[in-house]
Amino acid sequence: MSSALSPTIDRRAGIAKVLFGSPILGPLAALLMASIFFAIMSPRFLSGPNFSLILQQVMVVGVLAIGQTLVIITTGIDLSNGMVMALSGVLMASFAAQKGLNPVLAVALGLLVAVGFGLLNGALVTGVGLPAFIVTLGTMNIAYALTRIYTTSTVTGLPKSLTFLGDTFYLGGTAIAWGTVLMVVLYAITWFALRYTAAGRSVFAVGDNIEAARLSGINTKRVLMGVYAFAGLAYGIAALLLVARTGVGDPQAGQNSNLDSITAVVLGGTSLFGGRGSIVGTLIGALIVGVFRNGLQLMGVESTYQVLVTGILVIAAVSVDQLTHRK
Amino acid sequence: MSIPAMEKERRQYTMSLKHLAVFGLALPLVLTACSSGAAPSTSGSAGSDQIVVGLITKTETNPFFVKMKEGAQAKATELGVKLLTGAGAKDGDNEGQVTAMENMINAGAKGILITPSDTKAIVPSIEKARAAGVVVIALDTATDPQSASDALFATDNFKAGELIGQWAGKKMAGKTPVIATLDLQPGITVGAQRHNGFLQGMGLVSGIAADSTDLATSKEVVCAQDTHGDQTEGQTAMENCLSKNSDINLVYTINEPAAFGAYTALKNAGKEKDVVIVSVDGGCQGVQGVVDGKIAATSQQYPLKMASLGVEAIVNYAKTGTKPTGYTDTGVTLITDKAQAGVDSKDSAYGTANCWGNK
Repeated sequence: MSSALSPTIDRRAGIAKVLFGSPILGPLAALLMASIFFAIMSPRFLSGPNFSLILQQVMVVGVLAIGQTLVIITTGIDLSNGMVMALSGVLMASFAAQKGLNPVLAVALGLLVAVGFGLLNGALVTGVGLPAFIVTLGTMNIAYALTRIYTTSTVTGLPKSLTFLGDTFYLGGTAIAWGTVLMVVLYAITWFALRYTAAGRSVFAVGDNIEAARLSGINTKRVLMGVYAFAGLAYGIAALLLVARTGVGDPQAGQNSNLDSITAVVLGGTSLFGGRGSIVGTLIGALIVGVFRNGLQLMGVESTYQVLVTGILVIAAVSVDQLTHRK
Repeated sequence: MSIPAMEKERRQYTMSLKHLAVFGLALPLVLTACSSGAAPSTSGSAGSDQIVVGLITKTETNPFFVKMKEGAQAKATELGVKLLTGAGAKDGDNEGQVTAMENMINAGAKGILITPSDTKAIVPSIEKARAAGVVVIALDTATDPQSASDALFATDNFKAGELIGQWAGKKMAGKTPVIATLDLQPGITVGAQRHNGFLQGMGLVSGIAADSTDLATSKEVVCAQDTHGDQTEGQTAMENCLSKNSDINLVYTINEPAAFGAYTALKNAGKEKDVVIVSVDGGCQGVQGVVDGKIAATSQQYPLKMASLGVEAIVNYAKTGTKPTGYTDTGVTLITDKAQAGVDSKDSAYGTANCWGNK
């Protein structure tokens, strides 16, 4: 597109693109419609404290889904994230509460283990050339087993410094958890990196066509290693948020988180075929799940219906992807 | 702008309209589903001053919790209060229960009844709820520590184990018991209480603290396996136990699904006539197992009663400000068609009349 020749048309196209051309339009419309529906159905839905609560409830899956989005953009999938989070969280909690390690070092240890799993996934995908599905199926079970071997009992009595992300501050009378601020900041950083850095753009290039990316001079293995390592870091941060949110180190946590994070990614309009995706969409996808869960609860609908709704929305979202990109 | 570029622009435009169209079609469908789902629980007066009671179970599917929900709903309808229900995605899903609890507090619940999936992990969230002025009553499963909740309405699981232990002790008189225990999973109080109560009832161990989470052992127990209360895992566990020791003549099971799994394994090995299976729960299918001679004896518990007492207690708190406290035993009855002298029991007809789940 040559903006120098036709600035007016280009600007108009730009506005149209922002309004109608963005891949997050569908998810955003779904989020808004759902919110309006619940605001009508329950007088308690439309309030600052309730929105703050929804943010708190999606922050763990939301941060997991950041890593999942990057992996999926590169045509991969990560089944291990929930179990890696559980392991990382239990280690953080146990080293800080039971082994007397400085909480900062305990968190660092947990993050390191999560990044280590990311690097292991990346190495197996790039080095051995195994499909991400198989690799992460394996590391999911390994992380689960390591957690159970380490402990089967919930770690309690955590120091305050380990759970401060669950604490709140007041903004215009609404209590907001620090963890939700961290989630939003992480999304902003990832959004910026994907859009405005060479490394970010090469993630899309690798996902779109790995051979073409390699021929154009991109070190595809390094990009993939970077993606899996970054994803691992996100899972470690999610572990910290989980520990802060529940106030315990829970070895049984995260057992459905892999599918929950994939749900958020897919609802957000990222293609499972790779190369196309939106990190902001993922946040909206996570919020859609959170809004439905909260709204249905406020209305007094049993939670089975929430699962039903999520199922229908996922199929709708993937249908959108198929229909709009059919060649 | 080049023709291909304009074409691309146009295509993106159409794409997003399709996005919108698909979501536009899907949402009303979904929301209609929600509204119809909402109908039963919002029926009656839905005024904002209506008392709201929350019930959070471990799962939505287990018949035990389905019965519990029925009991709560019946009582809520009778007292004219609104019942909200929620559950974890599966047994052990602590965060799902935390989320349900937060949402119920935001929905204005005066009190919450919960069967904690993770007895320790739920405690900080319960403390937050109580600090916000919400009464929390544990049903069926105690929190760890028990004092974390305002009150506990539950079966005495140690006694449930003790009853089948006493019965088995009489039944096996004159024989040397060779025992397999098909347990729940490590670290969960209910599983340890039933197991330890059983061994104490048989007189094989003594002086065990009723709130211990450690499984007691004795030389008569030749095989102990975890089943998570699941029928398939129960069958696998029994098969493995038989490989380990084919002389097993008494099987303790954590619940009736595990007992049926054990029966299938024994039947496949041609041993179902020689081995006595005892269990805990008293679900309708379990009692039918007693009628069919698959399960020799089972301790029946009463989930409906736990829930209806719980709803009453919360409504009472909302009206009078009196909080429920301490432990309320909701009762347990030994069900068997082979009564043993000196052990109180009822027959399977009584069991069927008082069972929970689908008959």
